[in-house]
Amino acid sequence: MVAANRFLRTVSALKRRRWLLMRRSVQILIVLAFIVDLPEIGRIAAGNLSSSVWFWNVPLTDPFVMLQSLLAGAPFAKTVLIGAAIVAGFYAFFGGRIYCGWVCPINMLTDAAYWLRQKLKIKGNLTMSRELRTVLLVMALVLSAISGTLAWENINPITLLQREIMWTSAAGLTFLAALFLFDFLVTRRGWCGHLCPVGAFYRWLGHYGRLRVMAVKADACAGCSDCIKVCPEPHVLAPLVAKKAVTVTDSDCTRCGACLDKCGSGALSMKLDLRRGATFRGIPIVKK
Amino acid sequence: MHKHTNAKESAAVKPGSEEPARRKAFKRVFRHMGVAVLGSVVAQAAIFSRPARAAKILRPPGALPEKAFDSTCIRCGLCVKDCPYDILKLASWADPAPLGTPFFVARQNPCRMCKDIPCVKACPTGALDPLLTDIRKADMGVAVLVDHENCLNYKGLTCSVCVRVCPIRGEAIALKPIQNERGLLQIPTVNPDKCTGCGTCEKHCVLSEATIRVLPRELGLGLSGTNAVGRMVW
Repeated sequence: MVAANRFLRTVSALKRRRWLLMRRSVQILIVLAFIVDLPEIGRIAAGNLSSSVWFWNVPLTDPFVMLQSLLAGAPFAKTVLIGAAIVAGFYAFFGGRIYCGWVCPINMLTDAAYWLRQKLKIKGNLTMSRELRTVLLVMALVLSAISGTLAWENINPITLLQREIMWTSAAGLTFLAALFLFDFLVTRRGWCGHLCPVGAFYRWLGHYGRLRVMAVKADACAGCSDCIKVCPEPHVLAPLVAKKAVTVTDSDCTRCGACLDKCGSGALSMKLDLRRGATFRGIPIVKK
Repeated sequence: MHKHTNAKESAAVKPGSEEPARRKAFKRVFRHMGVAVLGSVVAQAAIFSRPARAAKILRPPGALPEKAFDSTCIRCGLCVKDCPYDILKLASWADPAPLGTPFFVARQNPCRMCKDIPCVKACPTGALDPLLTDIRKADMGVAVLVDHENCLNYKGLTCSVCVRVCPIRGEAIALKPIQNERGLLQIPTVNPDKCTGCGTCEKHCVLSEATIRVLPRELGLGLSGTNAVGRMVW
C-alpha cells in the first residue's frame, strides 16, 4: 500500500516535470551522440554543432555559422549548403528558438546557474536590454565581413563547450565558468535571454514558426501567472495571461515547456498552429 | 505659434512622452546601430591584434591559403575526427590559430600522407580543397634545413635520418655531396617542388631541437628578382 502510494507520487512528480525531462533527455542525447561510440554501430553524429554528419549521411550545418563564413568571403560548398538548408527549414517551420531550449548544450549550463540563483535566493540583478543580442548578432555579421574570419566563432561558447567535452581541453573552461558566474551572480537569464547572438539569429529565422504554446482552454486559466514566473522569456506569455491572445506569437519563446509543466489548470498546451490569422473570440490576435 | 500649441496639447495628453513613436523607434535603431558599429571597430582591432600565426602551426593537406582558409573553415572538426592517426587538433585559446581551426605540429606528430586523404574527404566546406586527390601534390609547407651549424651531416657524420624517413625520399629530399675543408659531406637537400611539408623529417631529427623544420612556404623559400640587388632604390 505504502509502496503503491510512493509509486503514484513518483509518477505524478514525473508528470509534473515531463517537459523538462523530455528536454533534458534530448539535450543530453545530442551531446552523447557526438561523443559516444556505440558497439557495432559507431558514432551517430560526427563533427559538432557548427557542422556535423548524422547517421553517416545526413549533413547538418548551423546556418548562422555558414552565414558568417559566407560574409567572410567563403565560396558556396554543396555539403554545408544542404546541411544549412535542412536546419534552417526545420527551425523556420517549427520555430526558431527550439534550438535554444532543446539543442544548445549551453542551455544546461545557464539553467543550472539560474537554478542555483533561485536556490540561494540571489536577488542582485543587472538590468540589460534584451535587444543586446540583436546588436551582438549584427556585430558578429559585420565583423565577419570586415575581418574575413568567422567573428563569433572566435568565442562561441556552444562549440567551445563541445570541444571541452570531446577533447577534455581546459583552455575554454575559464570562459564557460565566467559565463556560469555571470548568469548565477550578475544577471538573471543573462546569457541566453540577453546576449547570445545565436539565439537572436534563430529568433529571427523562426519568427513564423508554427509550433506554439497555446491557451487551448483559456477559460480554465485562473490568472495565477505561475507560468510567467517560470518562463525564461516572461514577456511572451503576458498576452495569454491578460487574455488578449490565445497563442504565443513572440519569437522569443524557446518552446521549453516550463509553463506547461507549471500550469496546473491545463489551460496551456504546445501545438502545431497551422491556421493563419486565427482570432480569439472575434478579437484579432495581438502580435506584439 | 502653431508649434507651441501643439507641444502643449501633446504634453497635456501624456506628460513626458511627447515624442512620436516613430522618432523613438528611429532613435532606438540608431542607438543600436551605433553600438554595433563602435563594438565592431573595437572587436575588429582585437581580432587583428592577435599574435601572428606561429610557423609551427601547420594546416592539414589541401588547406586553402591562410586568408581563404580563415573564412571557409567552419570549425566543425570533421577532418580531425576522420584522420586515422589522430594527428590533427582543433585550436584552443592557448594555440596561435583561430579558435577551433585544425592544425598539426610536425615535431609532435607529422602528417602520414594517406593515399585516400580522409581529412580532405571529410571537409564539408572545401576549406580543405576537394580537388586535391594526389597527396604528393599537397602543400602543407616546405622543409628547410634551418641550422647548418648543428646538422650532423654538416659535421661530417652520415646521420641522414631526415632523408631516410621521408615518405617521398629521393625526390623531396636527397643527399647531395659538398666538398669542404672537412672532406666530402653528404648534405640533406630539399626539393621544394616535391616536398609536401608533411613534417616527418622534422619529427625524426635526432637532435633535441630539429635542425630541419617545416615552414609555411612563404617563410621557407626565397624568391628571385623582386628586390634591387645591393643598390638603394629611390
